[in-house]
Amino acid sequence: MTLVLVPSGALGLGFDSKALAAGLDHKPDIIAIDGGSTDSGPFYLGSGSSKYSRSATKEEWRELMIARNALGVPLVIGTCGTCGADACVDWMLEITAELAQELGQHLKVALLYSSQPSKRIKEALVQGRIADLSPALQICDAVVDSCSNIVALAGAEQIQAALDTGADIVLAGRTTDTAIIAALPLARSDHAGGAWHGAKIAECGALCTTRPRSGVIAVEFDDAGFTVFPLAKDARCTAHTVSAHMLYENADPFILHEPGGHLDVSQAGYEEVRDNRVRVSGSRWVTSDTYTVKLEGARIAGYQTLVMAMLRDRSYVEAAATWAGDIERRVRTQLQDHMGLNSGDFDLELRLIGQNATLGEYETLNQVPVEVGVMAIVTAQTQALADEIAKALNPFLLHHPLTEDEELPTFAFPFSPAEISRGPIYEFCLNHVMVLDDPMEAFRLETVDLPHG
Amino acid sequence: MAKLGEIAARVRSKNAGPFWITVDVFCGTTAVFERLEAGFPTARAAELLGQQGDALKRFSLPELNVIKFSFVRPEVQGSRRDRDMHGAQWAILLAEAEID
Repeated sequence: MTLVLVPSGALGLGFDSKALAAGLDHKPDIIAIDGGSTDSGPFYLGSGSSKYSRSATKEEWRELMIARNALGVPLVIGTCGTCGADACVDWMLEITAELAQELGQHLKVALLYSSQPSKRIKEALVQGRIADLSPALQICDAVVDSCSNIVALAGAEQIQAALDTGADIVLAGRTTDTAIIAALPLARSDHAGGAWHGAKIAECGALCTTRPRSGVIAVEFDDAGFTVFPLAKDARCTAHTVSAHMLYENADPFILHEPGGHLDVSQAGYEEVRDNRVRVSGSRWVTSDTYTVKLEGARIAGYQTLVMAMLRDRSYVEAAATWAGDIERRVRTQLQDHMGLNSGDFDLELRLIGQNATLGEYETLNQVPVEVGVMAIVTAQTQALADEIAKALNPFLLHHPLTEDEELPTFAFPFSPAEISRGPIYEFCLNHVMVLDDPMEAFRLETVDLPHG
Repeated sequence: MAKLGEIAARVRSKNAGPFWITVDVFCGTTAVFERLEAGFPTARAAELLGQQGDALKRFSLPELNVIKFSFVRPEVQGSRRDRDMHGAQWAILLAEAEID
């Protein structure tokens, strides 16, 4: 039997402190929390940085470090700093070291690094150890070299190795969302299907309860399955809230792939038991023939500059698409005439907010809105070029008339300068798995004692 | 005639990793589940979501009264032409569909 306390879906998202205190009363064997995923897009992996503020991360981590110290059990975070690149593990270590000093705690910290040198991926390519996932993306040495960061998703084995060091705190790079929760129950020989299924249900914290924003839940794993329960006052787990979470962010509601196998929940049963708990059994773990880890990679896809203009004049709102199309044609001609730029040298889009900015070509409604926000998006191979093109757009967005004979119109610019330089934009460019002979061969494990020196 | 989103208890969509979007239709009752199983064919959903042939996966979960659709997103999450990082607005395309 293993009790895992999950304070929330991600460090930095916030949790109910009273619920955390209630969770500690149950004497969990481990506290496990996620630090991120690809959910927020490619920038964080591409740049190797965190989505959440350092101050929010530090204050929540302080509460968890105090809770861990009171219980004397391990505290584990997976996918440090949103993306789990090595730089983000070091960022969490820096925060942990500051807190150890401030709280007067003496700690052994295990660091599990998931970043992949491009050389290792290229060798694996030659050895036929890289396989496509669906949808298949092209992979070759040039693609690997173009990535600013590549991470492999650690599974339960690597987290177990980190726990086996006897560390008080494990700071892990990229892991699967579930591995940090499933690792200890699996190490203690709890039911494997139950361990992975319970981990999937718990990975977003209280999202599997009737009070999703309260954060804290606990899962009790045993030799036949698991029981999940909420810790916030008035929160409940129901058969519906728990089983529905298996659908969340999951393309297939029955199967979940993990390093070393897959979880099959097609025969799982959900039963409401005492105290707002839900008991789950019948989940199956299927071991695979080869041990694979998923890869994630992101690379720079260009540099971007935005210009915003607002149309409120009724005649312009009604003709916004025509107006925008006309501007686009004129500015493209001007860029060719003045700078010798062809359409392949840059990307320009005037996205009309209020018309179809969200759904694009799939939008089915066609209504005249009160106003239209014109978001001009310029992407080019350098920031200087993107800025220059955006500046060429500026007079058109400010004054372009629909007809030749009208008095020069002026539209609303919300900002000065009008151009917003966004810096590099990134794109995900890997959707592959890598075969490993030993789960640790693509990961690096270190330990440090805090406070330093 | 009524809109799917008015009949169902909830329609939501979400990214499932950077390359997929999944739409969950929570029917709420067995009666609504059966009505949508019969009256909202996969081909209709595929057309609304811009999916060709059998590219749209459909999962029917009668014990939950849920119908789930998953598809490869036309633009990779967060890439230049992606408009909706978390894919959360795609659900609207099904919710606003008229059902007999």
